Amino acid sequence: MEPVIELDGLEVRFGQRVILKKLNAALTGRSVGLLGPNGAGKSTLINTLLGFHKPSAGTARILGHDVRTHARQVRSLVGYMPENDAYIAAMTGVHMVRLMAELAGLPREHALERAHEAFFYVGLGEVRYRALGTYSLGMKQAAKLAQAIAHGPKLLVLDEPTNGLDPPARARMIQLIQEIRDRGDLHLLLSSHLLHDVEDCCDQVLILKDGNVAAFCNLEEERRANRRFLELETRGEHHGDFLAAVEKLGCETAPGAQGRVKLVMPDGLEVRQLYEIAAGQNVQIRRLNRRRDSLEDIFLKAMEASNGRL
Amino acid sequence: MAVYKKTYRPYEGELTPAWRRFLVIPRYAFEELHRRRFLSMFFLATFLFPLVCALIIYVQHNVSALNLLGVQGGRGLISINVTFFMSLLGWQSMCALFLASFIGPGQVSPDLANNALSLYLARPFSRAEYVLGKMSVLVVLMSLMTWVPGLLCFALEGYLEGWQWMSDNARLAYGTFFGAWVWILLLALLALALSAWVKWKPAAGGLMFGVFFVGSAFGAVVNHVQRTNWGHLFNISYLIGSVWVQLFEGSQKTTSGAVFFRVPVGEELPLGACWAVLGLVCLVCLYMLARKIRGAEVVR
Repeated sequence: MEPVIELDGLEVRFGQRVILKKLNAALTGRSVGLLGPNGAGKSTLINTLLGFHKPSAGTARILGHDVRTHARQVRSLVGYMPENDAYIAAMTGVHMVRLMAELAGLPREHALERAHEAFFYVGLGEVRYRALGTYSLGMKQAAKLAQAIAHGPKLLVLDEPTNGLDPPARARMIQLIQEIRDRGDLHLLLSSHLLHDVEDCCDQVLILKDGNVAAFCNLEEERRANRRFLELETRGEHHGDFLAAVEKLGCETAPGAQGRVKLVMPDGLEVRQLYEIAAGQNVQIRRLNRRRDSLEDIFLKAMEASNGRL
Repeated sequence: MAVYKKTYRPYEGELTPAWRRFLVIPRYAFEELHRRRFLSMFFLATFLFPLVCALIIYVQHNVSALNLLGVQGGRGLISINVTFFMSLLGWQSMCALFLASFIGPGQVSPDLANNALSLYLARPFSRAEYVLGKMSVLVVLMSLMTWVPGLLCFALEGYLEGWQWMSDNARLAYGTFFGAWVWILLLALLALALSAWVKWKPAAGGLMFGVFFVGSAFGAVVNHVQRTNWGHLFNISYLIGSVWVQLFEGSQKTTSGAVFFRVPVGEELPLGACWAVLGLVCLVCLYMLARKIRGAEVVR
């Protein structure tokens, strides 16, 4: 599968300060989350992908186009929703989105039609003729999303899309992002501090720390693996027989003290069958936990420094 | 037109040619300016003087009109010469300064004040195209105020006087055209650069006047204190006047610049120095624009 975003020894310096340190990654997911603490380099990475910063070494490719040499082509494929307020205060919402769509190359009539559609889509249809300067924060966020999708990009870059939104507005924004993702027409790059947002919307996660790639994981695979990983607590004299029986079915087991056991089930084996085996061996399963290695765990592990401190 | 499709769909239609996209910016800017009644009125008012000049040219060549006015030998009253065309350019250029001060700051500062530059530049659209698009608004309007009426008056005079006059006085057309362009480029760059650095529109407009009037006052003080003429290098209207005299007359000087753009007799500076300072001002403006017109600000 061709990577959506490919980082090839990407290094970015501001003066003497190295912000991104030789990043290497190939992001193939339909929706990629970009995580990291403040100052990790998330926004710098996005700005570099958009051609706002020149790499000092290495390069990056978006859908096969080099951001150093083909910045214009890259930007024609991308829709960008910036983190900060970004609008033209005196313009009406639909007017600004139309302007941005025209700058992206849409003919005048198509740009107008798409601007109206985008505004209705993000739920701002009724206020599209109001000046952007009078919009609430939530409306401005939605307007930013409208201008990012109006020209039909192949990659949608969302920088903190739920920043400052109240819970209903946040839920609405996440729902919109999920809808766009599920249509499958475009790829998503979502940068956020909120792990839940990334967990809800993304299938791959790139975690940055101090300008380095701290972790890169496929959330879907993690979720699938977690579904097969169980922690059991058993009672009964035939605990050893129970373990032997489940191993025969293909489970990997790691016995612990006092009847505890960790096991990884093979594909095709159901939890119900474990209970049946336990009943057959006269063993009680007192507790069964699925491993819940959430994105938060993955993030915290990635953030752990070599001395074990965060 | 379908406006109520509450679903996302990709765009698969045609695209406009890349070279034409910078023209989108002036189109939106003109729509915006058209809504501002004061500016429209002011812009229209700036055509009064060229109209009067055209009328003078016409009357000069119309014996019956002169007789009707009771003026005998009226052709000698106002000469249609270098002074006439430089005065026309001088008046119109001063109007252009006002126009640039009114509309120039509104070009870039609103985009910078609300971080809209990241939206512009995240599209297949370069910084140079952005500046060019914004500049073209000022350039078009100021051209309509300066060299276009100047050349129309020249053409009218040539039509009435004959081909010989036109070829003898081609330098007037050359001076009007290139003299106006020097002024237009300088004003447009200054307006955009100040608008980019001072994000508050009224302050940027005030600074435009400041550069001209405070600069000229400072130059006069330098001249007075140092007993020199080099202080004129701070006076942009002096520099422009010097350049215009050269463009209109070459080395055979008969005038001391235009109205508002005077070069006092005996206080002339080397022309190279005048060009160099004007070039330097333009370079500084370009540098200021290059620093400010960015998709993302770099905090070092």
